Amino acid sequence: MADPRAPSESNRPALALHVPEPKYRPGDKADFSHIDIGQPGDQPRPDEGIHPSQMAGLAYGLVRVLGDDNHAHGPWNPRLDPETLRTMLGHMALVRAFDERMFRGQRQGKTSFYMKCTGEEATSIAPAMALASDDMVFPSYRQQGILLVRGYPLIEMINQIYSNKADKLKGRQLPIMYSSREHSFFSISGNLATQCPQAVGWAMASAIKGDSRIAASWVGEGSTAEGDFHSACTFAAVYNAPVILNVVNNQWAISSFSGFAGAERTTFAARGLGYGIAALRVDGNDALACYAATEWAANRARGNDGPTLIEYFTYRAEGHSTSDDPSGYRSAQEREEWPLGDPVTRLKNHLIAIGEWDEQRHAAMDLECAERVKATTKEAEKNGILGHGLHHPFHTMFEDVYEDLPWHLEEQAEQAIRERIAKFGTERPFG
Amino acid sequence: MSDQPATLGENVLTDAPERRLNMIEAINEALDIMLARDPDVIIMGEDVGYFGGVFRATAGLQAKHGKNRVFDTPISECGIIGVAVGMGAYGLRPVPEIQFADYIYPGLDQLISEAARLRYRSAGDYIAPMTVRSPFGGGIFGGQTHSQSPEALFTHVAGLKTVIPATPHDAKGLLISAIEDNDPVIFFEPKRIYNGPFSGYYDKPVEPWKKHPDSVVPEGYYKVPLGKARVVQEGEALTVLAYGTMVHVAEAVCREKGVDAEILDLRTLVPLDIKAIEASVEKTGRCLIVHEATRTSGFGAELSALVTERCFYHLEAPVERVTGFDTPYPHSLEWAYFPGPVRIGEAIDKLLKD
Ligand SMILES: Cc1ncc(C[n+]2csc(CCOP(=O)(O)OP(=O)(O)O)c2C)c(N)n1
Repeated sequence: MADPRAPSESNRPALALHVPEPKYRPGDKADFSHIDIGQPGDQPRPDEGIHPSQMAGLAYGLVRVLGDDNHAHGPWNPRLDPETLRTMLGHMALVRAFDERMFRGQRQGKTSFYMKCTGEEATSIAPAMALASDDMVFPSYRQQGILLVRGYPLIEMINQIYSNKADKLKGRQLPIMYSSREHSFFSISGNLATQCPQAVGWAMASAIKGDSRIAASWVGEGSTAEGDFHSACTFAAVYNAPVILNVVNNQWAISSFSGFAGAERTTFAARGLGYGIAALRVDGNDALACYAATEWAANRARGNDGPTLIEYFTYRAEGHSTSDDPSGYRSAQEREEWPLGDPVTRLKNHLIAIGEWDEQRHAAMDLECAERVKATTKEAEKNGILGHGLHHPFHTMFEDVYEDLPWHLEEQAEQAIRERIAKFGTERPFG
Repeated sequence: MSDQPATLGENVLTDAPERRLNMIEAINEALDIMLARDPDVIIMGEDVGYFGGVFRATAGLQAKHGKNRVFDTPISECGIIGVAVGMGAYGLRPVPEIQFADYIYPGLDQLISEAARLRYRSAGDYIAPMTVRSPFGGGIFGGQTHSQSPEALFTHVAGLKTVIPATPHDAKGLLISAIEDNDPVIFFEPKRIYNGPFSGYYDKPVEPWKKHPDSVVPEGYYKVPLGKARVVQEGEALTVLAYGTMVHVAEAVCREKGVDAEILDLRTLVPLDIKAIEASVEKTGRCLIVHEATRTSGFGAELSALVTERCFYHLEAPVERVTGFDTPYPHSLEWAYFPGPVRIGEAIDKLLKD
């Protein structure tokens, strides 16, 4: 018998494995001119009840509103009043200032970990503003902007990041894995894409109950490779669930470019079409387009016309997290060369272009954001920083595993407290 | 005999007409009652809707309670558990069925990383009050994909409860408790005993539940509390710890051998009724653990460790474990694999030797 491991001796052509490779590596000159970004205003805005099979243009093209002239163009212009636009800009500036400060805090040893959303601010802030405040969101870990929009106190975010004694999550979660039921913000998981079917389930429940609230989830493009994302699409389509499945395509998943999630073959929005889900591909650095897309999808969901998958085409301007150094795998030029610019600058320039904003006010706002974050950080530090003893009482480690404490956890809690006392002579040496 | 469920006053039982159900009927009744009592209960799973489930556990429930409450799902265990987590976050109390325990693995991440830890990671902000029902165990010529007993995978996970009934009476009462419980519960139904208890002799005719005293199932709502073992029979010679199908096999072997065993049906593995175990082993001084699942790192290892740690000075012989072998569940050699009367008998002899 032939050795099954030996190559076939037939005269068929040799097969070749394709392993995707990004265009640019460290030191390379980045050039994104091959990316077709279309023109602002060139995509039609169909009726929200449209059948997904009619949406190919929107799934492969790019919905854009803000042009190089800093004006809003075309049918996707959400026509927001200047006050709303300034609020939006304010949230984006605040989240950027917050990210800066928290990143530094990690470098100063105040916490273990942080993740910025720099360059992607519009993909959470604009959708959050387009949703109702009681619509349920199932975020991934880069949507801190939603919390700002929903008025979650900054100090609670910092308490969580510091895992200190005031941390509402009792120091149990990795920094930035927030949760706030009060703000209809689901508990963030570190397990990628698990939130997608959960959002669909929440939306199904809302439909079962004849409620009017909808759900939305966010997931990175890299994570769309997880089975959970595809289960979510299947369930969303099967039950016509009132849900918005957002895919934030920031081009990178740690060091792996979007090609490892299939981007060389198709768009992420186009995945929706195969499931029979309405699909929009949106300029993720254009806050107006992001707002308009969510507004469209929310209308569709509320009208019982079903789910929408929105791909936000954007760029992760900084490292994956405080544990990452992108200079090891991608060209440092990519950020400047990104053809869709910076979302904060673009919205700011739009407001200036329509005569509703100016550089002085912007500078003052930036300063105010930085001051506010700084002052709040100081305030939060009074509750402790990671590892400095101002943590929750020891017994809390054993609580909330179950609703009631079973005997084995009670025994283990006693042991933990014994160990503590043996080591320090008291249960709480610092607190 | 089963002890009476803690929540049932004696007068209620004596008033109740005596009805005998098999385990499927008892489960169906529990689901029916909970759908009627609690508008937040919903049932979903593969083939559970119109058809009523491949084992008929949900028969008639969609017709009675509507498609919004009882419905079929795509064949996606990850999706089933994932949407159940989201439904729980909304405020529903989902009771998903996984068609066979052997097919629960695609849903494991949603169970282990999500459902089990949601209360903890959100500090009680969100909970996952779901009950995942699934037929488990072998003895039905189901081959490796319809016979597994994966309970130890779940008892190993902090935040999950694992419940395994052994009688129709308990199946109904435990299922109602599980559904009302605010933690995620894995509810494994020993499919070999859906239709009748099992003596371990596969070549003897199946005895229907009708002849078994624990097929008397009270009408209406009652609970068997989680975390309370059932003393199947009192005895002095040794303690048998078992659950599911193996309760009946062990009982039959002890009867046949004339051994005065005290048999505990654990009912829930987590939370475990450690007090009942300690009390029994301290009395008998000998302990036999029986389960159908594979041996290495099986739940029997946990039981054995607990008994040794906590009852060591009462033990008169090393703890014995009788389990399935550490192989996949074979098809044609099913009965050579199954921990039947011979394997159990040998272990009993060894325990009682001196
Ligand atoms: C199930 C799972 N696998 C792997 C990881 C490790 N991990 C954390 S973030 C990440 C990259 C995710 O990239 P993407 O989805 O594109 O989101 P982005 O970070 O770009 O926002 C990986 C692999 C994880 N957290 N969970």
